Amino acid sequence: MGATAAEIRSAPIPAASGRVLRRRLFDYFGWGLCALAFLLLSSAMIWILVVVFLRGFSALTWNVMTHVTEGTGGGLLNAIEGTVVLAFGGILLACPPGLAAGIYLAEFDRGRLAPVIRFLSDVLVGVPSIVIGYFGYVTMVVALGWKFSVAAGSVALAIISLPYICRTTEMSLRQVPRPLREAAYALGAGDGRVTMGICVPSALPGILTGILLALAISVGETAPLIYTAGWSSYLWTGHLTNEPVGYLTYAIWAFITEPFSSAHALAYAAAFFVTFFVLVISIVARAVLDENAGWRRLRSWERRKA
Amino acid sequence: MNFRRFTALLASVVAIVLVVIVVFLAAYAWPAVRLNGFHFLIDNSWNLGRQYGTPITVHGQEILPGAHYGILFLIAGTLLSTAIALAIAVPVGVGAALFLAEGVPPIMRSWLSFFVELLAAIPSVVFGLWGYVVVIPFLGHHLFPFMIKWLGFIPFFGGTPGSGYGLLTSGLVLTLMIVPLITATLRDALVSQPASLREAAVALGASRFETMWTVLMPAVRRVLIGSSILATGRALGETMAVLMVSGNALNILPNNIYQPISTMASFIVSQLDSAMQDPTGMAVRSLAEVALVLCLISIMVNGLARVLLYYEGRQAARIA
Repeated sequence: MGATAAEIRSAPIPAASGRVLRRRLFDYFGWGLCALAFLLLSSAMIWILVVVFLRGFSALTWNVMTHVTEGTGGGLLNAIEGTVVLAFGGILLACPPGLAAGIYLAEFDRGRLAPVIRFLSDVLVGVPSIVIGYFGYVTMVVALGWKFSVAAGSVALAIISLPYICRTTEMSLRQVPRPLREAAYALGAGDGRVTMGICVPSALPGILTGILLALAISVGETAPLIYTAGWSSYLWTGHLTNEPVGYLTYAIWAFITEPFSSAHALAYAAAFFVTFFVLVISIVARAVLDENAGWRRLRSWERRKA
Repeated sequence: MNFRRFTALLASVVAIVLVVIVVFLAAYAWPAVRLNGFHFLIDNSWNLGRQYGTPITVHGQEILPGAHYGILFLIAGTLLSTAIALAIAVPVGVGAALFLAEGVPPIMRSWLSFFVELLAAIPSVVFGLWGYVVVIPFLGHHLFPFMIKWLGFIPFFGGTPGSGYGLLTSGLVLTLMIVPLITATLRDALVSQPASLREAAVALGASRFETMWTVLMPAVRRVLIGSSILATGRALGETMAVLMVSGNALNILPNNIYQPISTMASFIVSQLDSAMQDPTGMAVRSLAEVALVLCLISIMVNGLARVLLYYEGRQAARIA
């Protein structure tokens, strides 16, 4: 009773039994629900972008970018300046310890300290930003007497950026192939030279992307700034303490609840600036990290060779 | 000092920051903790007392007459809105992750995933703006009355729709903020499962969806649990978006899903201004106690998630 392959292939497919039908329905139903979930998310995303960009774009005028806030109208120059100052201040403060922690975790991951730092930095990511803001209020604004100020706001933002910089630095350094380090050590370079001269330059795109992402997060934060940076309708005069500053996210929150259309326009314009900036950084980061995937390919290639 | 020591010293700043936050908050809140005791968590009244009364001394602490601090309504609001968000976000996140991992052609996969995961990059206050301007009118005027008409027989689904501010609105906005976390983590885990799992399932005659559902999903179960806990942590501490859509209820426990609530995080922002008016300072210290409770909860939640994901990582390393 030998059946050839051709006979088997051309045998009529049995009519769908109850079981087959049930399985097919399960399949369609399952994929349908999955597609629905995806549609839900992407339509929400589109809805948000449309609201922010359409309304924000129509609220943009030259005045908004060149004048300071007057009551519930005027412009956002003070807020734009404040956001830039606070975000860069936060990044400047967060970079030394954040980069050092990333380097330590990636390069010298043998001691007892590394797992502790890694765990605590992961937990720090999850601490609500308002808690960090309140901590800043209690310690810097009240106890140290800095009042609402650039210094207090920047420190709060620095605490929020720290774990992001730390983890992205660690991950980028881990993608640098091991033979590169071995070669450098074999040539007699010390820890410092191997790390700063060989590994960090190779991992630089990833590290800079991490810093950019931390900058995006700082620009979008509101809760940690409300009670550390305060709000001001004037341009910053350069004092680090005892002088509140304005920032864009505050304008969104405070002005949209005002009953005046001039205030609403400012809120939409601020939302436009913040969202646009954050999206541009996300897209740049995405492009750089994809490029960086080259290291990953190299590593898997080496593993196959070994 | 050699380079290694130097980086270790700078790196320990990251670890010390968290400890410092908890210690300083606890120290500042300590008089309030002494005064409020355990009733802080189970009483449902936040009352600053009579502003111009002569301060009285209770339990060795100076407070305004009539002042009482209990945050049961905040705990209820925080937990309920997070629960609603999680109940919607987990199925939606799983569905979207399955769709992105298997349901779209590989060329489109990375860009579609990126688009959906961009939701996580949108700042909280922009979510709040969107919720305040378009979602609340839509829910209050259209969806909520519709839901009450057709789903009103289910407990907590009936009642009056209100203006759109409230528990369900907060839950829905929180959902969108935490879904990308679940989707991104889960999609990565699904894509990186060993091909042999897939091949074995297909060889046994499973269809593509059956392969995903019965073989790959159980394999990434721990990742799903870990990322859901991380998402819970994010939802518990979310401030600005909730502040703008929750209705900021005071001392009210919601008795249906349309009623205004307040969460611990948003309460801190909305109340600090009035708390500063208290000449004894006890209101500000009690708010610090709220922040302390929130901080400890999020540390526990995140610690748990990290431990789970850490073991998952070790398991994956063993398989590879």
